[in-house]
Amino acid sequence: MQIAGSIITLIGSVFLFLGALGIFRMPDVFNRIQAGTKATTLGTLLFLIGITIGHTDVVPHLKIVILILFILFTNPLSSHALARAAHHIKTPLAKETVRDDLAEDEKREDREGSLE
Amino acid sequence: MEFVLIVIISIIIILAAIFAILTKNLVSAIISAGVVSLLASIIYLMLSAPDVAMTEAAIGSGLTTVVFLYALNKIRKSGEDG
Amino acid sequence: MADIIYAISTYVALAALLLAFVRLLLGPRAVDRVVAMDTLTIISLSLIVCIACLRGRTIYIDIALVYGLISFVGIVAIARYLERGM
Repeated sequence: MQIAGSIITLIGSVFLFLGALGIFRMPDVFNRIQAGTKATTLGTLLFLIGITIGHTDVVPHLKIVILILFILFTNPLSSHALARAAHHIKTPLAKETVRDDLAEDEKREDREGSLE
Repeated sequence: MEFVLIVIISIIIILAAIFAILTKNLVSAIISAGVVSLLASIIYLMLSAPDVAMTEAAIGSGLTTVVFLYALNKIRKSGEDG
Repeated sequence: MADIIYAISTYVALAALLLAFVRLLLGPRAVDRVVAMDTLTIISLSLIVCIACLRGRTIYIDIALVYGLISFVGIVAIARYLERGM
């Protein structure tokens, strides 16, 4: 049981490392948010689950479940707020970007508002 | 293993504090000061002081960041100093 | 065997902490630094739970809960400030 838990923890820490590598290497704020949030959410969940499986005698399961639910809800929410703020202050996109749907939507809403 | 953790996190804290002093962008300086508090609470935790760690995480990272941003917003709105 | 694998995963998480911190130093804009701070918080939350299990003290997991809550509030406050001022 401890071996299984430690292997799950190792997989989770590899996901954490890949998320940090994405934050280090990506060219753009939005790519960094994308790489950082998804990989680190999955990595943290696997890390906590692996430690809980490995140490069943010390860890209270209810607190770990509450922590996992909390991370699962709040981490995408905060990165969504951050990406929205970054788009609102007109952070420059990378030069490989091909389309920007939110800017087109805002432009269309402005045009309809000015017609009325 | 814990010795390596303490040494590396202490080096990160010192670099973040130097960066918070030297940078010109005020929002970056506030973020860097928040990182100093967050990592200092891990050091307190590893030195077996969980109550101090909880207080440091709540006050240093949460309350201080929000109060600094509020003050910065007030300064920018009055328009005297950018 | 299991202890060695746990130690290796702690070192890998520590390397991730260093990489995210390099982005916090380099990042050209404030938004990059906020993203790096978010990642730093998540990785150090994992390290806190790891330390709690190594020491065998369950009170440390409460600190991880407080840590996650506070980082969420701080990042939402910074995002709101960047978007339109508080």
